[in-house]
Amino acid sequence: MRPRKSIDPMIKIENLVKTFGAKRAVDGISFNVERGEVVGFLGPNGSGKSTTMRMITGYYAPDGGKVSVGGRDVAESPLETKRLIGYLPENAAAYTDMTVRGFLEFAAELRGLSGGAKRRAVARSVEMCFLSSVLHQSIDTLSKGYKHRTCLAQALIHDPEVLILDEPTDGLDPNQKHEVRNLIKELGRTKAVVFSTHILEEVDASCTRAIIIDRGRIVAQGTPDELGRPLDEVFRRLTIPDTGIAVPDTVKS
Amino acid sequence: MRNIFVIAKRELGSYFSSPVAYVFLVIFLLLTGFFTFTAGQFFERGEASLGAFFGWHPWLYLVLVPAAGMRLWAEERRGGTLELLMTMPITPWQAILGKFFASWVFIGIALALTFPVVLTANVLGSPDNGMIFAGYLGSLFLAGAYLAVTCMTSAMTRNQVVAFILSVVACLFLILAGFNPVTDLMVRWASPAFIDTVAAFSVVTHFDGFQKGVIDSRDLAYFVSVIGFSLFATSLALRNR
Repeated sequence: MRPRKSIDPMIKIENLVKTFGAKRAVDGISFNVERGEVVGFLGPNGSGKSTTMRMITGYYAPDGGKVSVGGRDVAESPLETKRLIGYLPENAAAYTDMTVRGFLEFAAELRGLSGGAKRRAVARSVEMCFLSSVLHQSIDTLSKGYKHRTCLAQALIHDPEVLILDEPTDGLDPNQKHEVRNLIKELGRTKAVVFSTHILEEVDASCTRAIIIDRGRIVAQGTPDELGRPLDEVFRRLTIPDTGIAVPDTVKS
Repeated sequence: MRNIFVIAKRELGSYFSSPVAYVFLVIFLLLTGFFTFTAGQFFERGEASLGAFFGWHPWLYLVLVPAAGMRLWAEERRGGTLELLMTMPITPWQAILGKFFASWVFIGIALALTFPVVLTANVLGSPDNGMIFAGYLGSLFLAGAYLAVTCMTSAMTRNQVVAFILSVVACLFLILAGFNPVTDLMVRWASPAFIDTVAAFSVVTHFDGFQKGVIDSRDLAYFVSVIGFSLFATSLALRNR
């Protein structure tokens, strides 16, 4: 493991704001993630989970606040911070005309790997994500689960210190979900992991800490035990359904 | 530099892994053949030159180059891979240049496949091959200028059809500004200096020199600045995510 100069947390988010037109998608979010932590990012659809993750990975520029990864400001040193991050975007985008192998090699090359290092990196993430049976298949012929894992393999290709996973279990069958959760838990021992989900059992299964956000603000955070049981009741009490009916009293107060 | 090459390699590969490349090459060669030999009356001219060949290029490219370039960024936006690309440790400029060069190389391949026209002229007569070389060089820069404009329109939208139409219109303007029938119309109400200024923006004006076998640094500077400006506009369009 490479020594780091500062004792800053791996991911440090301070007062992050992002607006789209009149809508404040992210409204003053702050939290830290240390190495060895798996943070589950919970919230209803449209609560600002993906927007926050896109600001951590440097895809969106924040309208206010600051994101640091590995002690460096994402806005000031985009290349250095992007090198530390492995990112699985929402809907697991991939170049559909490429084969799984071609796509992973492309990702490895953009991560600066070549020759033997590239081959080893591709082999390692193919094994981690169980892709060996579809290695030579073109991505647009893959089932959703395989496509998803191909994109996950891309995020793991350079063995990053920080993992940002936007709905990593979306579209997977129960067995695949189980495998991916275990993988996240395993990776979280040595890395800083943030993943978003709206499946509450996943929080119990793989998180060391959960953050619940609603309408761009953090409404609760803590270990799954601290948040209280049952989790889905806690979740419903804290967040406002986007149907706009039955606004819980606890939120108003 | 390495990143530009990696991006360009993938982009060029994706041309040839889909029917786009083959359809494009066949149509391009059919149309150049038709325009040169039938519409351009290559044989009836009775001169060993490729004037009948190069003269059509601004019009031929008007439709074909936007068709080859429209997917460059629009497809990345639509498929969500733009997010993947922009969160890789590369600068936006490396991605822009990589993609641009890949599609330019692709057009270059199409252009190189027109070599039978050169052979025909050389078999039937003794053309000035320096002039032909200058013509090819000019044609390549002409395609590069259209392609850069297409990059720009493609970066603005996720819809390839919109990208195509916008770039055809923009390139049409680049032709018409110096197209004789249009400049003749302007003579009635505009001063010659004004007409010259407008015509200086046209690809036709700058492509003419190359066709005559003259490689003028001003013409090169024109094409390079159209490419530079359009790619800069591409980088601005890509900031909108």
